[in-house]
Parts: sequence; C-alpha cells; structure tokens
Amino acid sequence: MIITSEVTKSYGTSCVVDGVSLTLPKGGVTSIIGPNGAGKSTLLSMVSRLMSMDRGTVTIDGLDVSKTSGDVLARRLSILRQDNHMTARLTVEDLVSFGRYPYTKGRLNADDRVHIANAIGYLDLTALSGRFLDELSGGQRQRAFVAMVLCQDTDYVLLDEPLNNLDMKHAMGMMRLLRKAADELGKTVVLVLHDINFASWYSDHIVAMKHGKVAAQGPAKQMIRPDVLSGIYEMDIKVHEIGGQLISVYYG
Amino acid sequence: MAEAMVALERRAGLSRQVLVLLVLGALALASIVLFMTLGARGSWSFILPFRGKKLLALILVAYSIAVSTVLFQTVANNRILTPSIMGFDQLYILIQTAVAYFLGAHMLALMDPNIAFAIQLVLMVGFSGLLFYWLFVRSERSLYLLILVGIVLGIFFRSLSNFMQRMLDPNAFQVLQDTLFASFNDVDTTLLGVSYAIVALASLVLWRMWHVLDVLSLGRPTAVNLGVDHKRAVVILLVIVSVLVSVSTALVGPRTFFGLLVATLGYLLMGTSKHRWVIPAAVLMGIICLVGGQTLLERVFSFNTALSIIIEFLGGLVFIIFVLRGAAR
Repeated sequence: MIITSEVTKSYGTSCVVDGVSLTLPKGGVTSIIGPNGAGKSTLLSMVSRLMSMDRGTVTIDGLDVSKTSGDVLARRLSILRQDNHMTARLTVEDLVSFGRYPYTKGRLNADDRVHIANAIGYLDLTALSGRFLDELSGGQRQRAFVAMVLCQDTDYVLLDEPLNNLDMKHAMGMMRLLRKAADELGKTVVLVLHDINFASWYSDHIVAMKHGKVAAQGPAKQMIRPDVLSGIYEMDIKVHEIGGQLISVYYG
Repeated sequence: MAEAMVALERRAGLSRQVLVLLVLGALALASIVLFMTLGARGSWSFILPFRGKKLLALILVAYSIAVSTVLFQTVANNRILTPSIMGFDQLYILIQTAVAYFLGAHMLALMDPNIAFAIQLVLMVGFSGLLFYWLFVRSERSLYLLILVGIVLGIFFRSLSNFMQRMLDPNAFQVLQDTLFASFNDVDTTLLGVSYAIVALASLVLWRMWHVLDVLSLGRPTAVNLGVDHKRAVVILLVIVSVLVSVSTALVGPRTFFGLLVATLGYLLMGTSKHRWVIPAAVLMGIICLVGGQTLLERVFSFNTALSIIIEFLGGLVFIIFVLRGAAR
C-alpha cells in the first residue's frame, strides 16, 4: 500500500502539489489523470523519491520513502520517467541488465540472466537485444526502458506517461502488458496517463488531479462519468458505453 | 537464431575491445621504451633516473587527466564538459596563488613542499566541492549554461590569480613562479612521491565504488531508481576528480583540452560507455599522446615546437566539433 499524507511541493511561489493525501491499494492498476500542470508527474516523482518534498510523508508498505535507504527501496519500487536522456551508449540487453543492479551490484548470476531474458522476451525485444539504444525508434527505446523496470522485479511499478512515443498498436500492447503484470505477477502498477480511454479500459482505480490537489478518486467505473470528467478538464466530455467499456468522446 | 546472432555479436564486440586495448598497450609501451632510450648519449646511470623521473610524472599526469575527465563526464552526464573546461585547474592555480599571497613567500619557501601541496589539496577539494556540488547535485541544468558558467569561472579564477600575482612582492612572486611554470617539457618532479601516494589512495576509493559508475551514466533518475545514493556518489567522485586535477596541475600546469581529447578517443575506440573499457583506453591514449608526443618532439623535432600547443589544438578541435554537433541535434 502506498500512503501519501499532506505531500506538498512548491517551485518558488507556485504550489505544484498541494497537501495531497492518498491511499493507493496494493495490487491492480491505478491511473493518475488530469490536465497539464495538475502535478501528476511531480507527485509520482516524490512518491518514488526522485524529488524531495517540501512537506508531508510517503510510505510504501510502511517504509518511509525519505528515510529508507535507496538500496532497499529499489527492490520494492521502480519508476520510469517520461524522458530518459542519457549519454551512455548501451545495447538493449545492457540496459535491461541494469534492472538487476539493486540485487547484484553489477555481478550477474544465472538467475539474473533468466530475469533479463524474460523481461526482454516479455516486451518483444529479443530480436533487438544486441542493438544500441541510439539505433532504435522512440517506441522501441521506450519498450527497452520498460523492460529494464520489469527486470527490476519490484512489487510496485510506477510509470510516468509510458504511452509517450508509442503508436496505437504498441500503446495497446503496453497497457495489456501492464494489466498482465498486475493480474499474473501480482504487481501494483501506478501510471500517469493522458488518454482517459486507456485509463478507463485498463485500470481498476483512477485518481484525478487538478491544480495540485486530488479532484476525485475511485473505481474506474465511477470516475468515467460526464459530470466528473467535465469538471476535471473544464470541457464538455460525453461518455458512451461501447461493448461493455466506458468510452469518452471529447473531440469537438 | 536471433539469440545466436546476439551471442556472436557480443563475442565479436568483446574481442574488439580487448584487441584495441592490446594495440593501445603496445603503442604505450613502445612510446615508453623510445622515450627512455632514443638519443641517449652518456652514462646510463645518469640518463635512467633523469628520464625515469620525467616518465613517471608524465604517466601519472596522463592517468590523472584521463580518469578525472571520464569520471567528471559521468557525473555531469555529458560528453563535452571536462574538469578543465569547467575551470577546475584554474581554481587550483588560484589557490596556489592565494596561499602564497596570504602566507607570504618566506613561509612558502621554508615550508616542506609536500606540506604546502597538502594544504593546497585540502583547500582545492573543499572549494571545488562546494562550487560544483550545486551545479550538478541540485538539479539538471542546460548544457550551454554549464559551458558558459565554466568559461566564466575559468576566466574569473585566472584574472583573480593574475591580480594577486601583481600584488605580490617580487620575492614572493619568484617563489610562486617556480611552482607555476611547470609544463610538459619542464615537469615539476619535487612532488612526484606524494602525488603517486595520493593518486593511489584516490584510485583505491574509486575501485571500491567501481560498480556505481556505469549506473550513474544512465542519468540521475534511473540511478536513483536503481538504488544508488546519488548525492553521496557524486560528492565522492567530485572529490576524487579534484584530487586528480590538483595532482596533474601541480605537475604540468593547466591543460584545457587534453582530457577531452583522450576521453573522447577512449569512447570512440571502445564503441561503448562501459567504464571498465573506456577508462583503460583513455589512460593508454593519454600515455601515448604525452610520452610518445614528447619523445617525438624532443628527439625527432628537437624542441622546435611545444607538445602542449599541438595537443591543445587537437583537443580544441574535438571540443568545437562536439559543440557544433550538439547544436545541430
């Protein structure tokens, strides 16, 4: 269980995340949605200790994120950010191997090799595993990073806009994969999403943020409603039920 | 099938890196032998210690500059910045000048050079630590801002040293000048013993955190995600960099682009950014450039030109190409 209490972050005078208290249940897929600048990514960065908070605490299964050693947390929780700029020149396999670093500190054993091969296979990257990252398309690179995070084999997997750079096919594939990771491997997946229809289709819980605060939260079925969504995005959003799924229409 | 291909590629890649390292090692060894023997006239009991001292100093300088540059680039997560471009060695000169200025020439002349060096080293580690801590630990900054900050700092430190040197009384200046005029031709070997000891110590610390280096080169967010105590690792590495820069600057004076040249060649020749390949390649490249280049200039061209000019020219070219390529992207 991830519990945030009164988490606050300001840049200068503008408060980006304003006293957010949330309880994210263990297991399942939770999506964080909301307009640009609502503080979604900042909240995720603070939960995953990439960013320090001005006030408040975050605990993961009772471990205080700002007090627990990075080493211990790296075996509980993994985070993937939107932009992964790096100068290192690595092959896909090299990158995915880093997912085992929290366990073995660079000395890979046979067990690690199995994890690495599985993660690469899971993301359909086996044919590309010897290629350098700078020779891949944006979507392939994104999948390589997700493979690294899966290879880290943590209970909690946090992803900041994992569908960036992905076409429809791979976006769907990514969401299916995350769903499968939650259902079959028992992972807790928390992700920031912009596409509310993907959120509706694949998540169990949805948290909506606006102006640095939690505007609404609940099971996906209760969140995908015209009145809730229109209030969050300040625009007219209609919701239709198609084949048992709630689909929002907001194109004009 | 695909797996077999990958395995084959990996084996080929491995042998390529080993092969390149072997060639570099052979070239470095050849330069060392030539440096010691070429044009030797007179008694060996004089030549060997005389040239040997200089050789040891050049090797230490090559090692210090190559390792400090690669480490710094890993910390800064960037292939253009080097300690010297960011003004590290000008800072060292400034500290040397300030010590002479505030302690006075007689103190400096009386003091054991090793102790004076130790004082300067401590000051250097402290100041550079403070200065570069906020540049690299606090947040991610734009590359161009960093280059600009580095150039401004370098000029600022140099002007400040020049200003203090003008204010010194002539006697004190004389003493200071002795330590400042080191170059590849005129290596300051008084500090050789203590320098080797310090570099060995720094290398030992580096050895113990070897596995962190590759993870750091993935960038801060990924390194933190993988459980690296990023702040601690960066601070320790910056201290090691400061120590290495101090040693090389004390021995041969400031070298702006040499580090960039050898580090870039290291990355290029190895085709990967794994530190266990890049660092040895950069060090060997440094030894070839310094020892081989010095042999060539001293014995073949009989000092018609200075090695530093050629190396700085090549290094400067690499720098300009990198900045332009970065801008084009």
